[in-house]
Amino acid sequence: MNPTETTFSAQQDALSPAAIGRRNWSSIFRNQGVLMLMSIPFLIHLLVFRYGPIFGWVMAFQRYRPGRSFLDQEWVGLLQFQTLFADPTFYRVLRNTLAMAAIKLVMGTFFAILVAVLINETRNRPFKRTVQTISYLPHFISWVVAANLVLEVLGPRGILNDILVGTGLMQERVLWMGRPELFWWIVGWSHVWKTAGFGAIIYLAAMTSIDPQLYEAADIDGAGRLQRIWHITLPGIKPVFVILLILNIGQLMEAGFEQQYLLQNSLVMDYSEVFTIYVLRYGLQLQRYSFAAAAGIFRSAVSIALIITANTVARRLGQETLM
Amino acid sequence: MKATREDIVFDTLKVLFLLVLVIVTLYPFINVLAVSLNEPMDTIRGGITVWPRVFSLVSYQDALSGQNMLVATRNSVGRTVVSAIVQTFATAMVAYTLSRREYVFRIPIAIIYVITMYIDGGLIPTYFLYRSLGMVNSFHVYWLPGLTTAFNMLIIRTYIRGLSDSFIESAKIEGANDFWIFIRIILPLCVPVLATIVLFTSVWQWNYWWDTFIFNSSRVSLTTLQYELMKRLASANAAMSGTSMADAFSRALDQAGSQVTPRSIRAAMTIIVSMPIIMVYPFLQRYFVHGLTIGGVKE
Repeated sequence: MNPTETTFSAQQDALSPAAIGRRNWSSIFRNQGVLMLMSIPFLIHLLVFRYGPIFGWVMAFQRYRPGRSFLDQEWVGLLQFQTLFADPTFYRVLRNTLAMAAIKLVMGTFFAILVAVLINETRNRPFKRTVQTISYLPHFISWVVAANLVLEVLGPRGILNDILVGTGLMQERVLWMGRPELFWWIVGWSHVWKTAGFGAIIYLAAMTSIDPQLYEAADIDGAGRLQRIWHITLPGIKPVFVILLILNIGQLMEAGFEQQYLLQNSLVMDYSEVFTIYVLRYGLQLQRYSFAAAAGIFRSAVSIALIITANTVARRLGQETLM
Repeated sequence: MKATREDIVFDTLKVLFLLVLVIVTLYPFINVLAVSLNEPMDTIRGGITVWPRVFSLVSYQDALSGQNMLVATRNSVGRTVVSAIVQTFATAMVAYTLSRREYVFRIPIAIIYVITMYIDGGLIPTYFLYRSLGMVNSFHVYWLPGLTTAFNMLIIRTYIRGLSDSFIESAKIEGANDFWIFIRIILPLCVPVLATIVLFTSVWQWNYWWDTFIFNSSRVSLTTLQYELMKRLASANAAMSGTSMADAFSRALDQAGSQVTPRSIRAAMTIIVSMPIIMVYPFLQRYFVHGLTIGGVKE
């Protein structure tokens, strides 16, 4: 569950470089040289590919022109950030990002827990296995494929129009993908379609570790099905719920750009443009590199602030936390 | 125990909901399969649901004879196979070194890995760095940047720690070095977790298109299947813009002269692109759930 925990927990049984002090480094190199050869090249690779871009953040304080080195650029201080905060599109993008992220977080979590509870309440093994097998499937296909399926289902000749017109609920077929006010909800529901089944696994795992005696005691007390779910099952998955919530809050500024990029069209652009797409449009397409880098830094800074806040709030409330 | 009225109502609603879930999950796949197998001109009339009305393979012929399809398939398979092997091997090697408690750099390296799970440099700086490293318009961008990843490394390390130390101790006494121990002892013992990681990596690599789009879109020889499908999707989205419903229908009818429609080709390509995933799905399901459990047991 928690990678940081394992990283730091075993600290006692290791000799840290400081603890070794003046002890013989040459004997360490002799004994552990192969271990070093096996790990340090990959460490250098990681530093270059994953930490390297962070040094590129300096370009957000410059007016970057390609073809010169980073040090040989015009420094402009916070100008790019001032331009960013003065751009009306920026606020629209921020609204879209947060709105879709919140919709996806709430709907995704709700349906994952609902599916988990219902599967947990199912005793018929073949039925249970069939439902699980089928509901995981969308997790493994790409968003490119999923977006094609969405377009097909919501298309002019898709099943939704067929049903609504066929049953007489609507007079005319609707171009659903061209309706700006529906875009957020299309993103929300397609997210549920793709993730609810697989998302249920982790909650199901938490449910299997609930002590069966609690359920037996509840039966003796005459509790009904809903009461058992409400008083035993849901409290039992609360720690997992909190940790996933914290992790997801850190992802709020992401909002899953792939989905929006693949489902958007120019009719709905005002509601579909999220942060990564905004950075892409200004940076690589309009070639305002420094401006786009500043927008990227803003996104990262908000993400880190959000995850720290969520973690602190959870700790104050006495919940399990990440760090 | 006697079923109460609450039980009956609850169970009925539960089964109903789960059935709806199953149908809603499967219908889009079956529908696209039916569209892809239906005669394209006939599809324009609408009403294709779960079964083709006029069976035809012309959409597949057209999709597969597209000029980029051969090279796209080669690149998709290539990046998947290369990454699955090289990345899993590299990640396992680092995981092994970090599982050795006496290793002096164990904690600093682990911390540097974990930080990457929370911070990234962002699109623009990444683009410039990769360009200066020659990763733009290059096949290497598909496998090299993600050579080792923190998440997979932590899963493998947890698994190795669960193994008995006695094998390693006896090998050490016989004078074996750590690389030999890793290759001859650790790797064979790690087959279950490595299978999980290979599948993780393969699915990710097969499905990913963003790197092709950002770094390799100007080189046709580096295209992938997902990117080819994405381009068709993008043109379908572009066709939707600035049109009314009536335009959308009339355009569909305009195409009555040709043999196939963009929609039918898109359906065929959707099936082609997802076919490998569906074929390995039984393994995926088993190993992914297994992998999640391995990663989860860390208390």
